[in-house]
Amino acid sequence: MKTKGGLLHTTLVTVGRIAISILIPLVAFVILWGGFIFLRDSNAPQSVIAIVAIIWGVGGVALLFFVADWLVNRAPVNIAKKLQPFVFVGPALAILAWYLFFPTVRSLYLSFFDAYSKSFVGLENYIFAFTDSKMLESFTNNLLWIILGTGGSVGCGLLIALLADRSKFEKAFKSLIFMPMAISFVGAGVIWRFVYAYKPAGEDQLGILNALVTLLGGEPKAWFTLQPWNNIFLIIILVWLQTGYAMVIISAALKGVPSTIIEAGRIDGASELKIVGRIIIPHILSTIVTVATTIIIISLKIFDIVFTMTNGNYGTEVIASMQYKQMFRFYHYGRGSAIAIVLVIAVIPVMWYNLRQFSKQEGF
Amino acid sequence: MKKALLVVLISLLVLPTIFAAGQADRGAPKEKVVTVFGAFVDEEARRFEEAIKPFETRTGIKVIYEGSKDFETLINVRVEGGNAPDIAGLPQPGLMNNFAEKGNLVPIWSSLEALIDKNYAPVWKDLGSYKGVAYGVFHRVNAKSFVWYPKKAWQRAGYQVPETWDELLALMDKMVANGHTPWAVGIEAGGATGWVGTDWIEDIMLRTVGPEVYDKWVSNELPFNAPEVKNAFEILGKIWLNPRYVYGGKNTILTTSFGDAQRPMFDTPPKAWMHRQGNFITGFFPDAIQKNLEEEVGVFALPGINPAYGIPVLGGGDQFVVFHDRPEVREFMEFLATWESGELWAKTGGALFPYLNQDLNAYPNVIERSLAEALVNAKVFRFDASDLMPAQVGAGTFWEGIVDWVNGKNLDAVLNDIQKSWP
Repeated sequence: MKTKGGLLHTTLVTVGRIAISILIPLVAFVILWGGFIFLRDSNAPQSVIAIVAIIWGVGGVALLFFVADWLVNRAPVNIAKKLQPFVFVGPALAILAWYLFFPTVRSLYLSFFDAYSKSFVGLENYIFAFTDSKMLESFTNNLLWIILGTGGSVGCGLLIALLADRSKFEKAFKSLIFMPMAISFVGAGVIWRFVYAYKPAGEDQLGILNALVTLLGGEPKAWFTLQPWNNIFLIIILVWLQTGYAMVIISAALKGVPSTIIEAGRIDGASELKIVGRIIIPHILSTIVTVATTIIIISLKIFDIVFTMTNGNYGTEVIASMQYKQMFRFYHYGRGSAIAIVLVIAVIPVMWYNLRQFSKQEGF
Repeated sequence: MKKALLVVLISLLVLPTIFAAGQADRGAPKEKVVTVFGAFVDEEARRFEEAIKPFETRTGIKVIYEGSKDFETLINVRVEGGNAPDIAGLPQPGLMNNFAEKGNLVPIWSSLEALIDKNYAPVWKDLGSYKGVAYGVFHRVNAKSFVWYPKKAWQRAGYQVPETWDELLALMDKMVANGHTPWAVGIEAGGATGWVGTDWIEDIMLRTVGPEVYDKWVSNELPFNAPEVKNAFEILGKIWLNPRYVYGGKNTILTTSFGDAQRPMFDTPPKAWMHRQGNFITGFFPDAIQKNLEEEVGVFALPGINPAYGIPVLGGGDQFVVFHDRPEVREFMEFLATWESGELWAKTGGALFPYLNQDLNAYPNVIERSLAEALVNAKVFRFDASDLMPAQVGAGTFWEGIVDWVNGKNLDAVLNDIQKSWP
């Protein structure tokens, strides 16, 4: 009797457990799906939709996690242990795949098709990307951005870090230099438009640069139209934005240079320049390389500054602005995708090197 | 603890859904809604909404208009993403061709086609058609071949409105002799820098080679580096590239925003005496000028060059196209094809309409009335060529070519580059 009842009991419990294991995820799914349908089709007032969207979004993520975690914990311990990491990493991987990996693959696919993504054109779009005169101009300009933008940012950052390190007002200096970091590229573009603004001679100069020029008795200049110098005027904005970043990281590394070695150098009679060149820089070289590669990637992808300032006119086109124009202005999906792929391929080696540097410093 | 949290979460998620579902059921017979997406925003959007109120009260259909400054980009994203509006107002026929080519659009049905045939000049139907199928209905349009001038200053200086191109050139020299600068020009427009220049070239093309050759130029049967096109650039160059004719010279042309360009006309004394721009420019005039538009501002049509073609009018406009075919969408489109949909907007000002049966007295001042009249009565009307050309050219190399040419690039190289970029 007792064993029979026990058997019935355990069977019931097992069935119940299985039923619950299926039911709860099912309920969670129905709730999430219902919320989605509501958000998609509802004609309710905007405020209601907004509130539901917030609850559904935040709550939905929590619900998904709790249900997944609960399910995993019901499994036998050794299996649960293996499954557990996926509960945490899984959503991130899924989102990365959906928003990054699949679009990249789709771009690669589209890059072999014509403007309407209808007929296969082989490598035609890539031939365009490497022969069109505007594209060649973009490659040269991006190279200029990499060399001058990265060189300028890292050079200025290093110089200021070294000088600030020897100054009483280190914190104040560094805060001032770091401040532009808080400004977006588009915001910086708007600010610098005013710096470079042009009015004909005889009128009040709105732009500070032309105001200075006229104050010194010169003719006002339309800075953006002065080829090829206009590229440098644009690159200065990047340097202005990124010097702070370079300075902060390099400055932190400077603090890590053992003072004993520097002292030893001084006792041996090395000049200050020699100490910087032979002791400090070799010591922080890996940091400088990391900073430089990060800014190289930014220079390769540069878009906002060019787009807000000159829109690629007057010989200032860059790869990313060409991609935007082909895709969204000319509706040529094939060329736009091909340029995007070229840009991705150009960034990958730098990115790989950058990550390797980071992991060397155990920061990654 | 965990369980309690779960219960709370679930109820939080379920409750609004139930509420909302209940709400939807309870609602009276469901309101019919038509969504419209377009390129005009702010004040213009408000005037559009005002103009379609009679339709909403008559039919009980709710029209939700949404405008964006990034319309050209967003409409593509929305259509690609399966989130197209019911109706979109496309500023460029080329954009319509793109969607029609992809099969996104609903072709015009017979009752609407009859309305279009009755209410519009044939040119508008052609502009709304792709491969012989009509898709678009034009509503608000603009006309661009006009020259604006500060009336009072002109009277004081004794300048007369020129009737021919030669008179215009003579007037310009007279102004220079008086120490005045004839033109105010500015072509800066962010991502669209250069379009003011393409408008000038189009006007000169219409006046030198006539509408038939103009059409061939639009379809590239007449290549961009042909002598006819070069001639148009040279005629413009005689004005633009002569620093005595344009206020501030080439640097001001390149760096002044198209909307601000007219300002020097309203300085005292004027720093520039003429400005060629479409009817919409009145909205950019200084407030004091706008208040007394009729007294302060004069306007004349840019004179003809070859008398055989008279005084052609160059223009543009938004055409409305259908993405989702529903009865209420059809009803609204048919409303847009009638003068009734434009009348209120015409009365508030700032818009011209192409309807043949429109009442010109609806326009609030002499200036807009005369512009509307010029538009409806023009023997030759042509749509902005750069909007008709493939986007690579019309919104790309043509604009860039104007900028490079003004900035000193060799004209033959500019024209060859544009021709080479033709897809």
